[in-house]
Amino acid sequence: MNHFPGTWGRPRDDVYGPYDSSYLRSTGPKAHTQSPAVTGTSVIAVKFNGGVAIAADNLASYGSLARFTDVKRLRVFGDAAVVGFSGDVSDMQYIDRLLESMDIRENYSAHGNQLNAKNLHTYLSKVLYKRRSEFNPLWNHILVAGFDGEKKPFLSSADLLGTTFSAPHLATGFGAHLAIPILRRLFPEERPIEEITKEDAIKALKECLKVLWYRDARSLDKYSLAVITQEGIEVQEDQQIEAQSWAFAETIKGYGAQTV
Amino acid sequence: MTSIGTGYDLSNSVFSPDGRNFQVEYAVKAVENGGTAVGIRCKDGVVLAVEKIITSKLLKPGANRRISTVDRHVGIVSAGLAPDGRHFVSRARDEASSWRSVYKGPIPISALANRLGSYVQAYTLYSSVRPFGVTSILGGWDSEAELAVDGQVGSGPQSGAGGKVKGAKSGGPGLYMIEPSGLYWGYYGAATGKGRQAAKAELEKLDLASEKLSLHDAVKEAARIIYVAHEDNKDKEFELEMSWISSLEGPTKGRHEEVPKELLEEAERAARRALEGDDEDEEEGAKGNEQMEE
Repeated sequence: MNHFPGTWGRPRDDVYGPYDSSYLRSTGPKAHTQSPAVTGTSVIAVKFNGGVAIAADNLASYGSLARFTDVKRLRVFGDAAVVGFSGDVSDMQYIDRLLESMDIRENYSAHGNQLNAKNLHTYLSKVLYKRRSEFNPLWNHILVAGFDGEKKPFLSSADLLGTTFSAPHLATGFGAHLAIPILRRLFPEERPIEEITKEDAIKALKECLKVLWYRDARSLDKYSLAVITQEGIEVQEDQQIEAQSWAFAETIKGYGAQTV
Repeated sequence: MTSIGTGYDLSNSVFSPDGRNFQVEYAVKAVENGGTAVGIRCKDGVVLAVEKIITSKLLKPGANRRISTVDRHVGIVSAGLAPDGRHFVSRARDEASSWRSVYKGPIPISALANRLGSYVQAYTLYSSVRPFGVTSILGGWDSEAELAVDGQVGSGPQSGAGGKVKGAKSGGPGLYMIEPSGLYWGYYGAATGKGRQAAKAELEKLDLASEKLSLHDAVKEAARIIYVAHEDNKDKEFELEMSWISSLEGPTKGRHEEVPKELLEEAERAARRALEGDDEDEEEGAKGNEQMEE
């Protein structure tokens, strides 16, 4: 994060006159750990009757450069949950290794009490909160999909501050602005989850991914999709967004090379 | 014992004039009183088994496990002082996890055996400590497939540097036994504890070096060998505990797991039948002799 408000954007000089920035701090400590470097964009997920579907594209951006195009941002945890990561990729790798070591420790004894997605979400949210409290946050917004202790579909999010939020459909990053309205229209609050089929959920996610590919400049048309049901976890990587139509782009006005 | 009264057995790390370290030898004695443990290495996996003597009727059956998982692909069973065994396993887990944190992948079985051997050996060097009262059998499977690095997110460049040899074979089963002196060898079949002599004799009959025994048969043989080794200790009840690690195509997919209950029970039934068969043969033989005398 940029800690200098002077660079956050300010009123136009030609309209409002020169800005008096004398009160702003212009120097300060460097905070390398407080800015993400290689990042992933949105993760989106929907609960359906008997499970959860979750998707993310395969891109890791370096600033505005599409640096890595085969990045798996959906990480499978045991046979219980899928964690979708947006935000810093190296922090994602750290968390992935953390979960891996926890999985090994949990399986030292075969007591049969496996961690479920809900346990995992609680754990991750506390890791994130601890790190933000040390002023050294893990720069991620994660979605955890799976089942809770009562074998009901579970979907919840946790962000870099340790804030948790749960809903029948969730999205991080740009998706929170672009995908959530679509998902709310498709799956309004009054429509019970029991009426949403797996196919409905997957179709909706693909639709959202396409809109994100159209409108999010840090996104990619290659994506991964995971479906978690009681039968198990099914992950499809290297999927391609199909049936693209850029006709709408002609009608967009307000930026670019248009003169009209 | 000739060493008693000579003074050379009072401190660890002190040699006697004829080159023996008595504290280590006494530790071996502690191992010789422990329940028998065996390990069998075959082409497609490793089996660990232990004879768990029931010291009290108040102990819950199936609880107080003696075989431990060290990492996903490694298991350890030890004979001797159980608390020493537990500390040893704890150290093995630390080694396996520190290997992961450095190399971002699972520790090879040979490397783990080497580190644990060094650890045990250090306990023969100082007067402030005593040697481990356990002999441990370490079994595992090194993945034959190329594994993703822990935390890997992409596949990396498709061409360029790397230097991988195409079609190179790697991985496979690993079985090591580590003794109180720190000595360790790799084995096809390993046995330790009270019934080790009988168990070793049985293991030798299996011709493990030819690698013809399948993992499933090895489970049954391991069960039978524990039953055979128990024959000299018949007055005490025991429980059989077994675990296995198979190849990636096998039943455990390269992981160290308990042998499933059905298979364990099947193996135990077969073991009892094999023993009863032997007894009948002996009885018949005895009858034959009587008749001969008449």
